[in-house]
Order: sequence, then C-alpha cells, then structure tokens
Amino acid sequence: MDFRQALARAEDNWNALDHLAYPLIHVGMGTCGKAAGADGVYAAAKETLDRMKLEGRMLKVGCIGMCYLEPIMAVKCPGGPFIYYGNLTAEKTEKILTAGLGEGDPKSEWAFCTMGEKSIDGIGRFEDLPMIKPQVRIALRNCGIIDPEDIEHYMARGGYGGLQRALGMSRGDVIEEIKNSGLRGRGGAGFPTGLKWESAAKAPGKTKYIVCNADEGDPGAFMDRSLLEGDPHAVLEGMLIAAYAIGCTEGFIYIRAEYPLAIKRLEKALGQMAEYGLVGRRILGSRLGFQIQIKEGAGAFVCGEETALMASIAGGRGMPRPRPPYPANKGLWGNPTNINNVETFANVSAILAQGAAWFASFGTEKSKGTKTFSLAGKVQRTGLIEVPMGMRLGDIIDGIGGGVAEGKKLKAVQTGGPSGGCIPADLLDLPVDYDALAKAGSIMGSGGMVVMDEDTCMVDIPRYFLAFTADESCGKCMPCRLGTHQMLDVLNDICDGNGKAQDIDALELVSEAVNKGSLCGLGQTSPNPVLTTLRYFRQEYEAHIHEGKCRAGVCKALFHYEIDGETCTGCGACSRKCPVQAVTGEKKKPHAIDLERCTKCGTCRDACKFHAVLVC
Amino acid sequence: MHTELTINSRPTCHDLPGTSMVLSAMRKRFHGRGDELIPMLQAAQRELGFLPEQVLLEIARFAGLTSAKVYGTATFYSQFRLKPVGKYIVRVCRGTACHVKGSYRMLGDIRDHLKVAPGETTQDGLFTLETVACFGSCALAPIIVVDDAVYGNVGRSKALALLDDIRSQEKKRV
Repeated sequence: MDFRQALARAEDNWNALDHLAYPLIHVGMGTCGKAAGADGVYAAAKETLDRMKLEGRMLKVGCIGMCYLEPIMAVKCPGGPFIYYGNLTAEKTEKILTAGLGEGDPKSEWAFCTMGEKSIDGIGRFEDLPMIKPQVRIALRNCGIIDPEDIEHYMARGGYGGLQRALGMSRGDVIEEIKNSGLRGRGGAGFPTGLKWESAAKAPGKTKYIVCNADEGDPGAFMDRSLLEGDPHAVLEGMLIAAYAIGCTEGFIYIRAEYPLAIKRLEKALGQMAEYGLVGRRILGSRLGFQIQIKEGAGAFVCGEETALMASIAGGRGMPRPRPPYPANKGLWGNPTNINNVETFANVSAILAQGAAWFASFGTEKSKGTKTFSLAGKVQRTGLIEVPMGMRLGDIIDGIGGGVAEGKKLKAVQTGGPSGGCIPADLLDLPVDYDALAKAGSIMGSGGMVVMDEDTCMVDIPRYFLAFTADESCGKCMPCRLGTHQMLDVLNDICDGNGKAQDIDALELVSEAVNKGSLCGLGQTSPNPVLTTLRYFRQEYEAHIHEGKCRAGVCKALFHYEIDGETCTGCGACSRKCPVQAVTGEKKKPHAIDLERCTKCGTCRDACKFHAVLVC
Repeated sequence: MHTELTINSRPTCHDLPGTSMVLSAMRKRFHGRGDELIPMLQAAQRELGFLPEQVLLEIARFAGLTSAKVYGTATFYSQFRLKPVGKYIVRVCRGTACHVKGSYRMLGDIRDHLKVAPGETTQDGLFTLETVACFGSCALAPIIVVDDAVYGNVGRSKALALLDDIRSQEKKRV
C-alpha cells in the first residue's frame, strides 16, 4: 500500500467526520469505561439509532481521562460540537439520544462539556473544565479522540509523521533531537533517553533489540494501560524511531497479562502496521527493517526491572542481575538492547513530529515535557491526567482532582508506588518533577498518584507496601528477600498492637541495609514507604506503639467504635446493617455499640449519615 | 510388571480430559524453544484452567528443559496455578487505590462469606478466590473481577450480593 495515498485518504476521511450529514457518537471503551458499563451504553445507543431509524456513525474511542464520569458518551449532530455526557446508564443514553436527535434538545442538564469549534449555551467547553484546563496532553494527545483500532485516525492526526521526519535525518541527528528535547525515562528512574539511545547505538554488535516496557506493575498506576488502549500507534511509532536511531531490527513489547484489552489493541495495531508497510522490510521505502513481537508477562512485579524483564523474555524466571554490564551493551541474548517505557515512546513520536524545542518548552529546567499520572484514591475527580513537569502538587490534587472526596481532610499523597513515598499535606507546594520528589523522599515513579485522607493509617500504608514487596521479592539477593520480611514483621507487630519502643530504630536500621545491599531497584527502594512515613508521620507510629491508638480507625487492635450520643438521631441505619447485632438502641434515641460483640467491620460507620460513629 | 518411575520416562497420562489435545496443539503451535516456555505455560493454562503435573513434564520434554526449570518458572509467576480452579475465578484487586478505599475489608468479607482463603476453591467447586496486585482500573476502586468481567466501585454488600447472585443462578441451572 502506498503510504502517501493512504495518508491522503485518512485525512479526507477524518475531516469528513466533521461534516457528516448524520450524528456521530463516541463511546469511551477503555477498561475503566467497560468496568463502569460502557458496553451497555454502546448497545443502548445503537438500539436507539435503530429504533429511530436514523443513520449514525458510532466510534469506540479510548479513555479521555475523566474516569470518575465513566461511562462517557459524546454526541455530535451535524454542524454542532461534540456534547459529552457522563455517568451514563442504558436508560439515560436512550433518553439523551431520543431528545437530542429527535427533538433537537441537547439535554444540557446532563451534559458536562462540549468539544469542537462551536459551543452551546449552558454547557462549558472541554478545554475550560477545571480538570482539563491545567493539563497539557502530549503522550495522551489522541486518547479518547480517535478510534484506537483504526490506524488511519492516528495517521490523520499527524501520526507516523515523526517517523517520516526521522527517516529523512541521519541516525545521529535523531539521537541529538531526543537529547535536545531533554526527555527523561518515564518509567520512573528518569534517565535521559537520548543518552540511553546513544550508548546502545554506539555499542558494538550486529544484532540489537528494542524493548518497550509495558509491565506496569506499580499498584495504583494505569497510565500505560490507558495509553496502549487509547492510542497504541503513538507507542509503536516511538519504537520504530528508536529502532532507526539505534540500528535495531527486532523489538519486543513486554506487557502484563492483566491487560487483555491493551494486548488486543496492540495485536490489531501491529496487523494494520503490516498492511501499511510500517513493519517488516524497507519501512516506508527506507532501509529500516523492523519486526515487533508481543511478550505477555505472567504476573511478577520484579519483571518491570530491566534485567529481570530480559530474563523473562528469554524464558524462565524473571530475576535481575547486577549492572554493569548495562542492557545497552549486553542485553537480550547478550546483544545490545534499548529498553524504554510506554510513555517514553509515546513522547518520542511527538518530539520527532513537533521538534525538540517545542517539547522542551514545557516543564522545568531539568525535567522537560509533561508527565501522565493516574489520579486515584480519595479524590473527587479520579482519572488519567497529563501535566507539565513542575506543576505544584496542590494544583494537581485540588485544581485537577477537585480536592479530597466526601469533604474529608487530605493527609498524604502517595507517588511512585511501592518504590515511592507518602508526601504529607503540608508539602502541597512541592513542584512535581524528578528532583523535587526525590528530595522529599519519594520518587516520580511511573505516575501512580494515590490521594489519602484522614481515614488512612500511615503505619498501615507502609505495611501494605511491604507486604507487596515481600511477596514480590524474587528471592535472589538476601537483603531484599529477608529484609522486606523483617520490616513487614515489625510493621505487623505495630499494627497488631504489639509494637515495642525499639521498633522504630529497628525499622530504620533494616531500611538502610535493604536500601544499600539489594541487587535491584525493587529491593533498594522498598524501604521508601517506611522511611517517608517515619519522616512525616512519626507521631502516628508513636501513637500506635506508646498509646495503643490507631486514630484513623484502620488497625483493629488499636481502636474501637463509639456512638456519639449528641449527634446520633436514633435512625437505626447502623443497627439494621450491623452483621453481628452489636448496635442496639430504641428508635429516635441514641444507640450504643456492644464492644464485646463488635467485630470492628466498620459497616455502622459507613451507614451513618450523621457521622455519629466515632473512632476512639 | 515393572514400571519405570523416573520422571523423563514416565508415561504420558491422559487422565485429565483435554490434556493430550492441548499438548498436541501446543506441539503444532510452538517450536519447542526455551524462550517459548512462558507462552507455552500460558497457552496450556488458558485451555485447562491450571497446569497439571503431566503438562509441566511434557512441556519440559518438548522444550528440552529440565523439569526443575519448568516447575521453577511456573511457580515464580503469580499467573500460573498448579491446582484446579472453580467454575468462577473471583479476583479481588489489592492495588493501592483499592486498599485505601477498603478492599482489605471487602476481601475479609468475601473470605468469610465463601469460607476460603485466597488461592483456595470453595467446596462446591464454584468459586476460586484470588487476589491481584493491581488491575489498573484504580479510578473505579475498589474493583473485583469475576472471570473477565470487571466490577468497579464495588461496595462490600454489593460484592457479596454479586457472588450470591451467581450462586443462585447456578442452582437454578441445576
């Protein structure tokens, strides 16, 4: 297929979508959307069109990043903008379409924004939404806008233009371009991508490999999944550019088996690339030949570490090995190998298309460009966001996220997953970039950002992470294998009410040993959740150990529930729901909890609308 | 009659329905290279739901690997199961966002309700309870996944009601 002809056709078809004589309907069909019920919305929309005997075009798009509003549908009537509706059900979908397409009533009260040149009175514009306005979408440029299963949509939006430009440059110039952009690895460590490419390009060896690390293992992170589901070609184009710059003929995508939809979309994308001459021999008529294979991971967190990942691709247990030699010199099957993260590759294709200077105009002096985050936990607006590096943490949580949910107080923000730490509420002025986060004791990580409120126990959180790392430790080196379990034992003791005065010292001592002695990043960074909580929330540890109190009401041995006689209205919601009949009381009179019977399950506290169930 | 009991010469068992078919399909699809080990284990588990011992041994023989290497790999990754599973696999997400939103309580409830610990199967063979490190649908936390269906924003009572629904539907079917 002639690429130039295909591109012209793709652009014509894409532009024609703006001028359709019939309605165009987008439904967000990422994993989040589907979990919220997008399949039902899609079916309802289709049925409604059929019932009304209307012609219409329906597109399954990726995630627009406003996960808290899923399932989301956007409807564009001829000549108008897209109108976005959220939190849909099949019934609501039918009503919206019947009103919108039948009577010309856009149901403004249910819409949350419009997208496009025109606007509609009473509905705000997408780019003015408080969640969207501060964002700059580079890696996520097409997510939620295009059909990820249609390569021509990607092409029409400038896709593969970066590759074309790269193929017209010398290999060295492409690497220079990446260096000039200031792009640093988005997997978490932040190593300059251009330097990584340069050492792989310079390494002696005929066979060289590219690996895309899509083993997004950090609990609380889903940026890479959304990106692969919403715009797989952005990542694949980045891999092709890297292959050209470094001189590779073969590439692998190592992706978690827990992401079946992302795998399906990648398989489809690779099939289309073959049709359009974007993989195989003489790509776009150049001398570049490149093949890409998908390798499914099998559920081991340590495989996100690059040497472990390579061991897993080669077959067998994914265990890390000491570096050097670095993968750039000695990687897969002993050959030079360049490994980058999903988001890094998506940035590469944008940088080559729009230039290094453009990319470097975003961000701070040492952290250029943007970073995607999955904003989750106890925040009003959860979702997938992309912000310029250096944005104030508070602007992300309050501005984009809309602050803490249910009117509670912010306690901490967790970044970097099990390798990162908890940043306390009083550090909200912190700029979010690699260096500032490291200085605060956390790390940028791959982009998980979990908001924690006053109901979160800051001894339980490190215990949760240590249980995770102890379980995921591959067992190869002693400090990590034993140290994570030692730390976990101490934290379990503290949470179970068996904490001793010397426990805090013991945690600090073991943390240092595990950090200094472990072979790979998993072990070296595993004490971070402990160290940051000790640094910022030491008083909670002390309350657990010395006073026997967990004021967040999480560690069961260290609190009990009491009903506040003054606020209790005696509505009986708690006593009806209590699974062990521990709450008693007369109607309209204050209730009481029988502490002997109470299992501290928290059902009564969740049920009480008047906040009368107190943690004591 | 004398039966040879060393692992490599143990006769292929056909006691598990479908095992021999899965193995012969595998011989056609794969080349028997060492780097295909994980994909082969995944393919076998996809068909059988778990990895019986004879499958591990056959894969070892086919790929020219020691049975120790195959067993070591199969037990290294959390995806692989060496025990049969129930009709439905219930996975409770234990990601950070789910944890903060109380998935530890939900897991406790489900454990009490089904009377099994994670990794175990209910006596009636209906449910296998598992935990997963993170499903990557954190914005909808807490999450549970029954087979391939992902349920978001699952309150504790909703989770139990969902399992009861499945159980009563199964009873009706019988």
